[in-house]
Amino acid sequence: MSFTPNIVGFACQWCTYAGADLAGNLRAKYPPSIKLIKVPCSGRVEPEYIMEAFANGADGVLVGGCHFGDCHYKSGNYKTANRMKILGQLLEDSGFDRNRFRLEWISGAEGYRFAEVVEEFTKDLQEMGPNPLKGGNGHGR
Amino acid sequence: MAKVGVYVCHCGSNIAGVIDVEAVRAFAETLPEVVIARKDLFMCSDSGQEMVKKDIRDGLVDRVVVAACTPRTHEPIFRAAVEKAGLNKYLFEMANIRDQGSWVHSHDHEGATEKAKKVVASAVGKARNLEPLEDTFVPVTDAALVIGGGIAGINASLALANMGHKTYLVEKQPSIGGVMAQLDKTFPSNDCSACILTPMMVEVNSHPNIEILAYSEVEDVSGYIGNFQVKVRQKQAYVDWSRCTGCGDCTQKCPSKTPDGFNCNMSNRRAAYIMFPQAVPKKAVVDIEHCLNCAGREIGTLPTINEKTGRPILAPCERACTAEAINRSIAFNPQGAIKEIEVGAIIVATGFQVMEKDWFKEMAPASPNVVTALQMERIISATGPTEGKLLRPSDGEKPHTITFVSCMGSRDEHFHNYCSRVCCMYMIKQARLIKEKYPEIAINMHFIDVRAGGKGYNEYYINARELGINFFRGKVGGMEMLPGEKLRVLAYDGDTASNIEYESDLVVLATAIELPKDANVLAQKLGLQFCGSNFFRELHPKLGPVETAIEGVFLAGCCQGPKDIPNTVSQAKAAAAAASAPLSQGKVRIEAVISEIHPEVCSGCGICIPLCPYHAINMTTYADRPRAQIEMSACKGCGVCTSACPSGAIVLHGYEEAQIFAQIEALTA
Repeated sequence: MSFTPNIVGFACQWCTYAGADLAGNLRAKYPPSIKLIKVPCSGRVEPEYIMEAFANGADGVLVGGCHFGDCHYKSGNYKTANRMKILGQLLEDSGFDRNRFRLEWISGAEGYRFAEVVEEFTKDLQEMGPNPLKGGNGHGR
Repeated sequence: MAKVGVYVCHCGSNIAGVIDVEAVRAFAETLPEVVIARKDLFMCSDSGQEMVKKDIRDGLVDRVVVAACTPRTHEPIFRAAVEKAGLNKYLFEMANIRDQGSWVHSHDHEGATEKAKKVVASAVGKARNLEPLEDTFVPVTDAALVIGGGIAGINASLALANMGHKTYLVEKQPSIGGVMAQLDKTFPSNDCSACILTPMMVEVNSHPNIEILAYSEVEDVSGYIGNFQVKVRQKQAYVDWSRCTGCGDCTQKCPSKTPDGFNCNMSNRRAAYIMFPQAVPKKAVVDIEHCLNCAGREIGTLPTINEKTGRPILAPCERACTAEAINRSIAFNPQGAIKEIEVGAIIVATGFQVMEKDWFKEMAPASPNVVTALQMERIISATGPTEGKLLRPSDGEKPHTITFVSCMGSRDEHFHNYCSRVCCMYMIKQARLIKEKYPEIAINMHFIDVRAGGKGYNEYYINARELGINFFRGKVGGMEMLPGEKLRVLAYDGDTASNIEYESDLVVLATAIELPKDANVLAQKLGLQFCGSNFFRELHPKLGPVETAIEGVFLAGCCQGPKDIPNTVSQAKAAAAAASAPLSQGKVRIEAVISEIHPEVCSGCGICIPLCPYHAINMTTYADRPRAQIEMSACKGCGVCTSACPSGAIVLHGYEEAQIFAQIEALTA
């Protein structure tokens, strides 16, 4: 499969971004599909950003935060979880497969986990094909 | 128009070995508002930094993007360089093309190069939208809190106090000392643990700058570096400590018996007890759960009067206390008391627990003659249940054969993958102490391998072999309980490649060090994170071993990971030095990456107020209307409010909407 999906990732700087850095330290290999935008907390991510990324043609979006109970800001990740609940429906209504969006809790100690998630997500997106706005079929408008 | 300078780092071959640095540099030149794109072998080196500084001084650039490693380690370095050259340090952005680029995509050079271009474009997009910000400074409370009174907390407290800082030492037990107080001797010098520990405990108690809050736990922490407000719960001792002299008379008269945790439950203590003979502070506690309420003396009730003598009938502990520290007529609050303190820095030194033997079903945990190594410490300690006589628990007989089993729960995928680091050495220590005193006892030790990496440690191990202690390389598969309370040991000997079986009188299990369960509760109060092996996570495994992700909170000792006493003391002193830095400065810098509400845009809906994890938002009046307002010093910059604001009135500086949109646009171009 030649298609390399383009994944925009929003990663909280304390957990998932640190986990991605650790993947580097561990030299854990994963496809160069994902590019991270560092945010202080997953609670900083607005659903609008995710929709914007899809509207611009991103094939997938990942939001990564700390595990529950581990949040640097005590409860930011709970707010993220609540906020992202309706997003799947919103995506479906807009003609996107809701599986193009993933919410993951990856700690700063889970370098291998980060690599695994990207690997898996990339494979899923390869099966889904490109963003329907960029000529993907079967999933879009 | 911004003038963005892009600087791409080779990082030796770390980046350049995978990513085509020149291609990335050339691509950066084509990006809007980029005026200069350069590359260097090591951007963080003097020459690399000088290149950036020169371009700023020459007026060529007013925004800087460095494409290199991770901002988590190097952003402060470059920000400082930018600031030195006269540019606001917040006009700097990093593109992570090493840790999240070349290191993880070495299998795909072309893909890694294309990704690096996008990541650089994203950073440039953000940089174009950056605004200069100013840090603020807040005064510091010159006091420190040390949580945990083991050897780590004791050393950290003494170091801080000797540097002139007021130090509160909170210990949940009635006495400081920690696990080290339970040890008999310490490797590799065989110093008597009490002989080197107790003088330090006394010094802590008498130090004018240290206040010990024993039998206390941290209830709540709020605030930030330099200005933490801490609530400490002083648990109810049911003894007036201001009067208690520590004579121990009450502990003699109390009739209630309960297992003694200090002796690892191998003997009993009374309900009225002093933790151990050298306790500091030496004060009695009534363990109310096990108190029998003798003479009907429930706490808070008046005594009945003896009709014949006309005198009140008191409980034995009350009668014994000549200092009048025990008075059961007082209606003590079972919740104890809350003490509020203000500190500028916090050191967490809460230590560890060892796994109980019951986890290891194959090792016959039901046998009283199978003990953990910490129980063995108590058995051979002069203050232990047998007063230092080596007697096996089942019948008080002297054992003829003793077996030591290493790596119980450590280096074991069923429990913990990590090495507990101290077990090999303390097992050898116990074996040596026994062998030196009782040469006739046969000692068999079973190891995966002997890890004796430390100053003087390997010599200590070699000496043990010379004493005639038997070392087997290989695991113990299990134990069988035999009549007469003996145990059959079933093991593998790697040197002869054969199975071995023999009978043993006493078995010592070196169970793993782990973080106590209640550490989770403290972690939540402080906002601490955990590492992969479930200890508290330091800021950086190499460069920030005592710092945490929370500014002003530091780690020392086994709560950060298993370590021996020399390493614990080193870390405690390092943590004290790190904690002293803000205290000595008198003020701390508060980074400008915090949220701000534009009152003219705010509709006063109040949605943000309950969302703030720090209660930093309140309602105020602006132009005669209710408007939300953020308390700058309480805001930590998570951006939860910013994302929730329906009016878009809240700006998180450093992560503004326009900046994030520019990044999304660059990544999806």
